[in-house]
Amino acid sequence: MDAILLQILNGLDKGGAYALIALGLTLIFGTLGVVNFAHGALFMLGAFCAVSLNKMMTASVKVKDESVTFFEAFKEVPYLELWLGETGTTLISWSVPLSILLAIPVMLFIGLAMERGLIRHFYRRPHADQILVTFGLAIVLQEIVKASFGANPHPQAVPEMFSGTANVGALFGLGDNIVYPIWRLVYFFFSMSIIGMVFAFLQFTTFGMVVRAGMADRETVQLLGINITKRFSIVFGLAAVVSGLAGLMYTPILPPDYHIGMDFLVLSFVVVVVGGMGSLPGAVLAGFLLGILQSFASMNEVKSVLPGIDQIIIYLIAMVVLLVRPRGLLGRKGVMED
Amino acid sequence: MTKKTSDVSRRSFVKGSAAATAAGIAAPSIFVPHATAAGAFRNDPGSSKTVTLGFNVPQSGPYADEGADELRAFRLAVKHLNGEGDGGMMQTMQPMNLKGNGILGKKVEYVTGDTQTKSDAARASAKRMIEKDGVIMFSGGSSSGVAIAVQSLAQEMGTVFMAGLTHSNDTTGKDRRRYGFRHFFNAHMSGAALAPVLEAEYGRDRQVYHLTADYTWGWSQEQSITEATAGSGWQTVNAVKTPVGAGDFSQYITPILNSGADVLVLNHYGKDMVNSLTQAIQFGLRDKQVNGKDFQIVVPLFSRLMAQGAGENIKGILGSTAWNWKLQDEGSKAFVKAFGQEYGFPPSQAAHTCYVQTLLYADACERAGTFNPEQVIRALEDHTFDGMGNGETLYRGEDHQCFKDVLVVRGNQNPSSQFDLLEVQDVVPRAKVEYSADLYPGELGPYKV
Amino acid sequence: MNTVATKKKDNLMVLIFAAVVLSMPVWLQPFGAAYPDLMQKFVIFGLFAVGFNILFGQTGYLSFGHAAFIGVGSYATVWVFKLYTMNIVPAILFGVLVSGVFALVIGFICLRRTGIYFSILTLALAQMSYNLAYSVLTPITNGETGLQLSLDDPRAWDAAQVQGEGIPATNFFGMEMSAWDGLFGFYVCAAVLILGFYISVRITRSSFGSMLRGIKTNQQRMTYTGLNTRPYALSAFVISGMYAGLAGSLMAAVDPLAGAERMQWTASGEVVLMTILGGVGTLIGPVLGAAVIKYFENIFSAINTSVLADFYSFLPDGLIDIFVGVSALFVGKGWHLTLGLMFMLVVIFLPGGIMEGIDRIKNRFAKKPQQD
Repeated sequence: MDAILLQILNGLDKGGAYALIALGLTLIFGTLGVVNFAHGALFMLGAFCAVSLNKMMTASVKVKDESVTFFEAFKEVPYLELWLGETGTTLISWSVPLSILLAIPVMLFIGLAMERGLIRHFYRRPHADQILVTFGLAIVLQEIVKASFGANPHPQAVPEMFSGTANVGALFGLGDNIVYPIWRLVYFFFSMSIIGMVFAFLQFTTFGMVVRAGMADRETVQLLGINITKRFSIVFGLAAVVSGLAGLMYTPILPPDYHIGMDFLVLSFVVVVVGGMGSLPGAVLAGFLLGILQSFASMNEVKSVLPGIDQIIIYLIAMVVLLVRPRGLLGRKGVMED
Repeated sequence: MTKKTSDVSRRSFVKGSAAATAAGIAAPSIFVPHATAAGAFRNDPGSSKTVTLGFNVPQSGPYADEGADELRAFRLAVKHLNGEGDGGMMQTMQPMNLKGNGILGKKVEYVTGDTQTKSDAARASAKRMIEKDGVIMFSGGSSSGVAIAVQSLAQEMGTVFMAGLTHSNDTTGKDRRRYGFRHFFNAHMSGAALAPVLEAEYGRDRQVYHLTADYTWGWSQEQSITEATAGSGWQTVNAVKTPVGAGDFSQYITPILNSGADVLVLNHYGKDMVNSLTQAIQFGLRDKQVNGKDFQIVVPLFSRLMAQGAGENIKGILGSTAWNWKLQDEGSKAFVKAFGQEYGFPPSQAAHTCYVQTLLYADACERAGTFNPEQVIRALEDHTFDGMGNGETLYRGEDHQCFKDVLVVRGNQNPSSQFDLLEVQDVVPRAKVEYSADLYPGELGPYKV
Repeated sequence: MNTVATKKKDNLMVLIFAAVVLSMPVWLQPFGAAYPDLMQKFVIFGLFAVGFNILFGQTGYLSFGHAAFIGVGSYATVWVFKLYTMNIVPAILFGVLVSGVFALVIGFICLRRTGIYFSILTLALAQMSYNLAYSVLTPITNGETGLQLSLDDPRAWDAAQVQGEGIPATNFFGMEMSAWDGLFGFYVCAAVLILGFYISVRITRSSFGSMLRGIKTNQQRMTYTGLNTRPYALSAFVISGMYAGLAGSLMAAVDPLAGAERMQWTASGEVVLMTILGGVGTLIGPVLGAAVIKYFENIFSAINTSVLADFYSFLPDGLIDIFVGVSALFVGKGWHLTLGLMFMLVVIFLPGGIMEGIDRIKNRFAKKPQQD
């Protein structure tokens, strides 16, 4: 029983990440009709916002390392620690949450630049071309990151108060065996609140209303004299921020490297397709569903019956869903079918 | 674009291709370089003033940083062979036949290639070196799958391959080849070296949970560790295979929490190890008490570059490694000094093994008095040497595996610098890690191909 | 265009194509690419791209999973080498057959959907095949290490022949693939490519080919005319799957090894890049694209800083470092970056790939005399 509860928790935090990425992806699908293969790269760039801020905060002075005698070696002491002592160390440990402040403008800018500079030239081109140009962009972005940050992962620490585990079981009176890392719980609540904010934004603001109308029937909205394209490019920026934040908050869970975007790319497409292309609730639902199913498939009890199932479960589900419910769980008719 | 030209086979190849295209008839055998006169061999430098070596390392993909370090070591070795710099380990190597004038009086040049950590790409790159650049030997690596794939190519082509980092037992076991040599240690030695230390540190009769990368290397390491610790009464509670490159391992870690295990062994390497270790620690495994004992995590194969990726999480974790730059023997000191002066930071174990392999090959050529691989191979087989960092070392002729001391290391609790991540816990003497060559049976194949 | 003229033109094109391919060992010399392994890669991946083009270029279905068929073809071929004979002919035939059957199954599933859904289905299936080959099905595929020959393989049909030491080489009725300094293997592959190219030309010109292009231009209209397009699309899928399987088999024939990484989705992405780069839907384009990408992978990736320093040695000292530093970003370990940039530029400015570029240049020169 405990094991099952743990796997559900696990599926929820995994699902949170999947849902966030898929949300951004499907926003772009739904509004701009663009298949964005560079979406994984946005997740990666968000993660590297955290890495960059951490690097900036740990900008260091080189101090001769006396313990090394064979050659001139230096160790690095961050200026912040030099100036502020303990406070500096604490400040550095908060670099991941702090980098949210950096990431929002940066990702917004990257998103807008991508849309204005490249994607908008592809609205009238076939989907295949959109896939191809964004695929090329993804390669270029990840190679640039590799050239600047190297190929090795960059581990990120979490603030003292969020490190360690929480006794979730005791909280709900279920015994002491259900402990879970605090940061993963933070991630789950973070993703829920971002999802909530995106939905509220689309539901309750005029801007959101226009965007939703545009998603449903682009031509009519344009006939009303509303410049839908301009709003859509802001939506692209928004999607970039959402996936960037998803990547940024994920860094303490998974040390990011340049390839992290590609690793998530195939998966996020599967999530979107299962959820139904262009359906925001579908993306969220599919994200959590796949997260939980993946967790269950990894249980030893399941694997002993179906060896190797954990490695293919995601793809199997995608196939079954597409064949049984061709438009995905919550998809609408006629989206991306030409 | 092609800089390193000149060598007999290339010219004969040009002639051969021209003739073959013109006539389109069955080619006479003179176009096959190693089928000419007796004693001829592929890419014989002949009367050329230079000799070319090939360094085939991962330059893109997840092991690119490791590959970059290997390449640094190769460049340093070439420098030393050509008599530039302070000579590094050429000051300490025993026996030592190198003269600092290249190999057999020929200046050493090199070509590089990108394996992408893929067997196909690695083989293509190696073939380019052999067929186009005319290399007499090639080296490099970072994955056993790749090493095994290019090693069998080396045998087909009759060009010596001095393996870089490869840890699987298969490289010199079931898939050993006459033309392949491994200086690095293997999973069996990791197990043999770790077992006594683990018993001394963590006691007898522990319940072990294995997370194993689901491929050949992972399985062989799991098996080696299980067998080696069985003597200490360590029992396997469960051994779970995890997909390679899973990223998030949490769904495999949660079942450990209530499994009754009190030790977790992570048979992962590279990025997978960084991720699984980071996540295992986030789940509080190391703060747990199970069966009245402190829960422990063991990572059988460590490298400093992985330790950098794992950051804080590596502290206090036990594992094994082939070599560490803080070793105090003369050979290691000379190498670290030369490397540090050249690049400003200490070398990794991958760099060490690549550097040593290059020197060993050059030395074998000098001793054989020829580049003919047949004689060079015989010169390397059962060769004993010293002064290269791991004490007296034997290149065993039966399987081309080096036998030398193995290090048990621990993640440093108080690193004094970013390179000081591992501290040497124990140097396990060679005698403790030796095994018989037919424990992992295989066929070396012929000397002449 | 009238059909007789087209046919003549086609035959001429195939002849020129054959001549260019067969003379590769000569004209590739100045590019430093005239060594057997790379030429084999050009030809084999050219074949792969030709087959892929039948599906993507002609029928308009963008598959992101075609590398799976390469893998299946390779595994099947190596198994024939291991169990029965080192002669490549039965091995290749078996490889093509198995990949054809595999393509039939995959195609049957994936072609139930079109457009982007089809692409993602193929992506998912290919990634699943990769995971299966890499670890789950290790007894058949030998996992990460890859399927290799070994001395104690049965090789039942070859048993009568006297064998020397070591593992016997793959051969074409006794003629070893590594003969002529590796060039024999190249010529065998080249012959297969020319044949495959000819077949693809015939397919394009046939009524079946027009049907495929009909599907690409407007599937709905085709359906409204009461035609069931599925069997046609499925045939195209199976044919291109068999081409891919053939390419995989040839890879194993010149280099008897099969590995799971051949099936990864990025490998499928590579053939898409090749086709686009060369020119989607054109006959020769995909072969060109394949050659360009393989050239980059093998030659550009090998340029290191010392080579660059040599190259720029005519410059003054200070400038050398700058030039070497900047160029190093794009060659050697940075070759992926160059590839990505080049690919983006092609998609943006030359959607028809290299072939469109050639056409544009041709038109420019052709127009001038008319203006005079």
